[in-house]
Amino acid sequence: MTNKLLLMPRASRPREVQFPSRRIIDRAGGHAFMMTTAFPLLIVILMIVALLVRTRPILESKPIGDLLLGQTWHPLRGEFGFYPFIIGTLWITLAAMLLAVPPCLLSAVFLAEYARPVIGAIMKPLLDLLAGIPSVVYGVWGLVAIVPWVQTIAAPASQQWLDFLPFFAVNNTTGYSILAGAIVLAVMVAPVIISVTYEVMQAVPDGLRESSLAVGATRWQTIKHVVVPKAAPGILIGIVLGFSRAFGETMAVLMVVGNVPRVPSSIFDPAYPLTALIANNYGEMLSIPLYDSALMGAALVLLMVVLIFNLASALLLQHILRRSQT
Amino acid sequence: MKRRFSRRYLEEKFFQALMGLSLLLVTGSLAGILLTVVIKGAPALTLDMITKTPQGGYYLGKEGGILNAIVGSLYLAGGGTILALIVSIPTVLGLNVYARGTRWADLVRLSLDLMWGTPSIVYGAFGFTLMLALGLKASLLAGIIVLGLLELPIMARAVDELIRMIPEELEESSFALGANRFETALFVILRQILPGLATAILLAFGRGIGDAASVLFTAGYTDRIPDSLMAPAASLPLAVFFQLNTPFPEVQQRAYAAALILTVIVLLTSLGSRWLAGRLGRYTIR
Amino acid sequence: METHISIRNLNAHYQDQQALKNISLDIPKNQITVIIGPSGCGKTTLLKSMNRFLDLVSGTQISGDVLIDDESIYAPSVDVTEVRKKVGLLLQRPFPLPMSIYDNVAYGLRIHSMHTRGHSLDTAVQHYLEMAGLWDEVKDRLHAPAARLSVGQQQRLCLARGLAVEPEILLGDEPTSALDPLSALNIEKRLMALKEQYTIVLVTHILRQAKRLADYAVFMYLGEMVEHGPAQQVLENPQQERTRAYLEGEF
Ligand SMILES: Nc1ncnc2c1ncn2[C@@H]1O[C@H](COP(=O)(O)OP(=O)(O)OP(=O)(O)O)[C@@H](O)[C@H]1O
Ligand SMILES: [Mg+2]
Repeated sequence: MTNKLLLMPRASRPREVQFPSRRIIDRAGGHAFMMTTAFPLLIVILMIVALLVRTRPILESKPIGDLLLGQTWHPLRGEFGFYPFIIGTLWITLAAMLLAVPPCLLSAVFLAEYARPVIGAIMKPLLDLLAGIPSVVYGVWGLVAIVPWVQTIAAPASQQWLDFLPFFAVNNTTGYSILAGAIVLAVMVAPVIISVTYEVMQAVPDGLRESSLAVGATRWQTIKHVVVPKAAPGILIGIVLGFSRAFGETMAVLMVVGNVPRVPSSIFDPAYPLTALIANNYGEMLSIPLYDSALMGAALVLLMVVLIFNLASALLLQHILRRSQT
Repeated sequence: MKRRFSRRYLEEKFFQALMGLSLLLVTGSLAGILLTVVIKGAPALTLDMITKTPQGGYYLGKEGGILNAIVGSLYLAGGGTILALIVSIPTVLGLNVYARGTRWADLVRLSLDLMWGTPSIVYGAFGFTLMLALGLKASLLAGIIVLGLLELPIMARAVDELIRMIPEELEESSFALGANRFETALFVILRQILPGLATAILLAFGRGIGDAASVLFTAGYTDRIPDSLMAPAASLPLAVFFQLNTPFPEVQQRAYAAALILTVIVLLTSLGSRWLAGRLGRYTIR
Repeated sequence: METHISIRNLNAHYQDQQALKNISLDIPKNQITVIIGPSGCGKTTLLKSMNRFLDLVSGTQISGDVLIDDESIYAPSVDVTEVRKKVGLLLQRPFPLPMSIYDNVAYGLRIHSMHTRGHSLDTAVQHYLEMAGLWDEVKDRLHAPAARLSVGQQQRLCLARGLAVEPEILLGDEPTSALDPLSALNIEKRLMALKEQYTIVLVTHILRQAKRLADYAVFMYLGEMVEHGPAQQVLENPQQERTRAYLEGEF
């Protein structure tokens, strides 16, 4: 069979019609694409610069040490000590991660290693669904269920049994406390951590498990010595994602932690995280000198922590990957 | 070969029990959240809530609904999603087709990770400084811009993952047909990721509509449905928040109802994206 | 001929399909038994019934019994990990555990707390690496990650890892199919040497390998055991038409 196209005069073959513009479009499109790739980097730089500029007035009038380590927050008297807020953020985030990580990892291990595959296949999309629930909704739950629980059950119980422990002292709690914030955040980040961990454990080849079981290891030994070390980088990513989300959360925390600018000494004390500080005072910040500058400074602190934390975890991840791959 | 109650046997049982308990705890808490919202929100959920804007005395417990917040939220998140889409698609195509494997791509991905991790209140503060610099007031437009920034890394990362999962042979066969990179990016890669893209878009929309901290500064709050980009706009998360903070139980009831509406919208979006991904997935090469 | 493993009326079902149909077979001690048959006939399933690996696949149903040294391995009182300690398994492709060469061999010893019973871990590791014919190649880098070894070396490492828990039986599911010809021959040599002390059951698709190694041979077809007997007889002079057809390459 002859190809009709080949019999046509060369100039009229459809495939041969060279749009002179094809190459130009490719080049121009390439430039356009490459230009947009600069956008995220520009935004990050612009955010840092903008917040720095807005923070400058207060940085010029107060030494940075006084700001970061100052204990009193009294905008009307011109006192802007961030220390209670920084400590509050740290307490809440760390407590949330301590509460969230062990049960989440165990749940993910259960789903990936013990439960029947069907159950994992049902739970995974369900968890992804729950991960999308807005943080105010978690806040509402905290307000309705957790704050009263802390006040009427957890705090009295702790007073009775755990009072001697350093971080468990109870002095007249209203329920609005670090513990309430941490519980809300822990539940909020749980779907993220479980979902990521489950996925990376699923990606561990079955041959590895079989190799371990074949020499007579129990399932748990196989998990502990083979599956978890193999999945470690991915699990770390899951934890980092959860941490980022907990650290930057505003609304859900603000609704349940009490917002008292004092350095906490117990998980039953109220606290005031940086995010809540900004959200609560945006209305009046322009009416008091340096106030807006101080709040933008708080935003800058948050951004810097995210920056450092991300860079550190990227380096750590590279380190782990290099060690486990080769 | 008889079973002995060795240490490792006990360890196995112990951790199995611990895992069961953990899963129960986590799923119980998550179910508790949904239950709380439904139980608290359903009684106050009336037709007025979703068809009327606040009338006089609404915040004292009188007539009206939160249509202003529903519409405002849809405008805000919708606009933010479109903005994020406009930026993230070329960015990700550029990263994967033109800048593949370069240090520039690494740097851009790191920036996206940073943006992903940036708290939404920081976007709010940043948006606020921008507004001051440009002389803008709190408005729908400002809210859309800030939500666009918030959603950009979510969408970009999701799409980036999708493109990385495309088998290399697919792109190669496009190049082998004489297509250039631009055509490959637009007609092969984009077509291939379409189902996933639908999911990514709705994922970003869901995150945008649920975020309160970023619009707090930038979109303002009003009882009217916004009629221009320069008008302030209410939003559902803030409707929940503000109504909870009033001293009146009737108004607080409505906050729960607003939370229920918000949850339903987000869950529907999420379910919709799954359904859409299934529908659009028919032409995907696996 | 002493019987080591005795399979009695064994049936195995996956969710929807019967993979083993009423198999009864006695596997002789300290010999190499080779299982052959076309793809999908149930060779792997039969092998995995002998170390209770079928338990790992959800939805399998097993009836009948497998006896090792006249003791049922499916009895309710039996500890699967003890069964698997007694019955080593070499997979189709090597899976070094994500740890060092040394730790791979020591893995089973540690799992079973065997090194506390007067063994020195170092000497044990050396001993089993020597048995697997890998010692000379790795003695200078025992603490390097096992994944850095070549595939052939990895398979011998897996052999050493299996031997270290002092099994009596070695199962191999096409253990040379992922290897280059020289590495494959190396493994074959090891197995020949090991049959003095171990009962070995091998699945293979390579007829010449079967002829080189087998003392006893089993031919399977569509989940049934068609023929079994001394290798000489089954491989050279089969009694069954289907076996003959397979050996002549008609499937
Ligand atoms: N996990 C499983 N679930 C369902 N069916 C299975 C499973 N594993 C094996 N089968 C089926 O059981 C039958 C026997 O499989 P088996 O793996 O034992 O065959 P085989 O002889 O080892 O084949 P090959 O030579 O290809 O390795 C096959 O028809 C296979 O499709
Ligand atoms: Mg097989």
